[in-house]
Amino acid sequence: MAKTKSTILSSTDVSEIELAKTLARVMSQGGVDAADLYFQKSHSEFWSLEDSIVKHGDFNIEQGVGVRAISGEKTGFAYSDEISIKALKSAANAARAISRQGQKHSVNALPKMHESFHLYDAVDPIDTFSAEEKVKLLESVDIEARRIDSRVTQVMVSLAGERSAILVAAADGTLASDVRPLVRLSVSVIVEANGRREQGGAGGGARVGYGYFLEEERALEYAREAVRQAVLKLDAVDAPAGAMTVVLGAGWPGVLLHEAVGHGLEGDFNRKGSSAFSGRVGERIATSECTVVDDGTLANRRGSLNVDDEGTPTQCTTLIENGILKGYLQDKLNGRLMGEASTGNGRRESYAHLPMPRMTNTYMLPGKYEHDEIIASVDRGLYAVNFAGGQVDITSGKFVFSASEAYLIENGKITSPVRGATLIGNGPDVLTKVSMVGNNLKLDEGVGTCGKEGQSVPVGVGQPSLKIDELTVGGTSV
Amino acid sequence: MSDSKQIKKKRNELESHIELALKAARKYGADAAEISVAEDKGLSVTVRNGEIETLENHFDKGLAITVFNKQCKGSSSTSDFSEKAIRQAVKTATDIASFTAQDEFSGLAEYDELAWDYPDLNLYYPWGVSAEEATEIAIQCETAALKGDKRIVNSEGASISSFESFRAYGNSHGFIGSYPASSHSLSCAVIGKENDAMQRDYWYTAARDNNLLEDAKRVGKKAAKRTVARLNAKKLSTSKLPILFSPEMASGLIGHFVVAVSGSSLYRKSSFLLDSLGEKIFPDWMHIYEQPHIVSGLGSAPFDSEGVKTRSRNIVSHGVIDSYILNSYAARKLKLTTTGNAGGVHNLCVETGNLNFNAMLKLMDKGLLVTELMGQGINMVTGDYSRGAAGFWVENGKIQYPVEEITIAGNLKDMFSNIVAIGNDIDTRLTTRTGSILVEEMMIAGE
Repeated sequence: MAKTKSTILSSTDVSEIELAKTLARVMSQGGVDAADLYFQKSHSEFWSLEDSIVKHGDFNIEQGVGVRAISGEKTGFAYSDEISIKALKSAANAARAISRQGQKHSVNALPKMHESFHLYDAVDPIDTFSAEEKVKLLESVDIEARRIDSRVTQVMVSLAGERSAILVAAADGTLASDVRPLVRLSVSVIVEANGRREQGGAGGGARVGYGYFLEEERALEYAREAVRQAVLKLDAVDAPAGAMTVVLGAGWPGVLLHEAVGHGLEGDFNRKGSSAFSGRVGERIATSECTVVDDGTLANRRGSLNVDDEGTPTQCTTLIENGILKGYLQDKLNGRLMGEASTGNGRRESYAHLPMPRMTNTYMLPGKYEHDEIIASVDRGLYAVNFAGGQVDITSGKFVFSASEAYLIENGKITSPVRGATLIGNGPDVLTKVSMVGNNLKLDEGVGTCGKEGQSVPVGVGQPSLKIDELTVGGTSV
Repeated sequence: MSDSKQIKKKRNELESHIELALKAARKYGADAAEISVAEDKGLSVTVRNGEIETLENHFDKGLAITVFNKQCKGSSSTSDFSEKAIRQAVKTATDIASFTAQDEFSGLAEYDELAWDYPDLNLYYPWGVSAEEATEIAIQCETAALKGDKRIVNSEGASISSFESFRAYGNSHGFIGSYPASSHSLSCAVIGKENDAMQRDYWYTAARDNNLLEDAKRVGKKAAKRTVARLNAKKLSTSKLPILFSPEMASGLIGHFVVAVSGSSLYRKSSFLLDSLGEKIFPDWMHIYEQPHIVSGLGSAPFDSEGVKTRSRNIVSHGVIDSYILNSYAARKLKLTTTGNAGGVHNLCVETGNLNFNAMLKLMDKGLLVTELMGQGINMVTGDYSRGAAGFWVENGKIQYPVEEITIAGNLKDMFSNIVAIGNDIDTRLTTRTGSILVEEMMIAGE
């Protein structure tokens, strides 16, 4: 039998027959028309460096099973941190209580599990380095940051690694498993000069082992990048305030797409009609320059999954094609209620959380302009390269994202760096103001985490350079 | 506390896990160890359009151990409370500590600071609400919201959640403490529509004691009222204006102050309020104090997450910073004493004047009332502040119309020193309690 199954169920009294039995128990309640079981066994570690020494290491184990019963639009849910027949039985009884009466539905037989771990290796990152090597990695980042600039006064480095094995069994005949490695290295520095202090940060990660950070000097590059950003801010001038042309750099600024359109296209909001994009499939919501996809199938990427948390294989879903809204991101429940198939976007933070439609890696396809050509076309505006994150109000469509590295553009040239400023816009409008799309598509470094209804999941973003003709910049200088 | 047998049993159970872990830590050679254990049980029900949408049964538990060996620190956690799993967690933490570096400032809180005698703050009010009862209350709440105004066209639902928890902490100084607590809440979010544009807003009530929750219908009506008030929002033009932060937003503003004077920001020099002890940061009529022992208070705690006794104290008097906010590690780094704030502040109270909300509007006369802030645009190192905002345009001391898609920007240090007045419209749902705050002037970016 497959490795995942053995990892999760081997040391328990739960056999494969027990999965079918539990699903049958849930479905035996009249009116329950869908059910699934989600087993998870994860462990993670976290190491941190400060004052040039590795001060702390932490190791956590998380495991359990969640049982979900669905009756129409209703969901009953219970979970246990114990994986046992007894716990399954009691969770099944609690979950199915969502339905009182109705037609009984049958359970499809579970197939033989076939695994296709093709997007990333089923490694345990924690085993890929010894503790000494992890400590050394953190120290090397600290040394590099302090070496390259004497104005660096504080360096904080953290290394996180986890392995999460999951198994999903559903009454619709789904039986799927996945083993998901994930690593992340983050650097934050403080620089001081002439009485002014500034902070800079950088980092990266992927679904790989720790060796990733040594390849191409990645870890050291993060150190250099964090220092570069901090030093740059020492000379920054006040950001301008008001509506102006904004050019977004390639890569991480794709946070724009995540906030401005991605969330608004998640199936749950659209089924409920609470999104500013509800009922607008087929309409133009962007200039014809814009094609946006959500792609969970990119090898080793932080936002990728072999199967989502409902056991559906991930895919590349076109959200916007040449400016026209093509479709939504669906999980099983919302897809079924809207008469659509799941797009493999049913995700959950853990066994103790309910799945919902979530993004994976969301990015815009490249356009036809050279990056320099885009900058040269702007008389006065802002060039924003790095962001601290964003937020959106799905219903009104208003979104913000906070620039942490930005420059003025004057007469077609990039000039002074400016202090951080929030950019604010309206999701359904912003892409109708994109007049130029660069040919330099870049994906982010692999540090994104998305929060929705209290649940955090790793995601990716990306885009080529973009010119937005008008966006409000929240600076302090007129 | 007139502990019922059941409570006593549960507390003994959690404390026995701690004793087991401490024993194991000694066995594995740790010089010192601390353990915290938590167990949470709860129910949450969401209804939408008059029907139950989700029914979630929660049960979470966890044990976290930190060991110190020659001042090298290692941690580990487990949700499995079996002897074997606890021993394994202790061993893992000890192994980690053999790889981390010696840190002269690390270790447990000082013996004398621990809460050897701690008060019962009456934080535990088990509700025992059934799924049926919770559904009924939530439906009442949502129905009131949906009927609240004809422009309310859709619902995101009403939710009830009811949690009971047990917390225990112990360390190798011989301290073990535990207490039960509960928290209950009811919230409702609805969507209004006018002229083809939608707005969403919500209201909620939260308390330790379910009897102190706001009436369900009132919560629904407030959600509806707040939602329709946002319809037909306009943008503002770019200009400098006075800003009135609603009590909820004002609480966040004081929250930035808390981060800036917290030990970890200070010793890392990642704060715009470095060396601010004894400095005047706020106007001289302003006072901020911590009251950790408010009976049944949402932010109350008898001891902090290092077992240190919590106590009432001034943080700001006459605008001057009296005390930082410290745990024992940061305190040692800064050559100060812990203030019992490992894990955060417990009921931070901003002293208010006698102006109510309407009087505050009148005082501002013309400017922006901010009721929502978006995004992470705060640089704690410099105090630079730039965030997305929504709220209301105020003129002649009265709300005129809703505004959105604007930003407000300034520097927190200036904003703090330019506070004009604080209203008495305190939001008691929050653990940082303040009324609305009027700031003299900030940059507003819009059209």
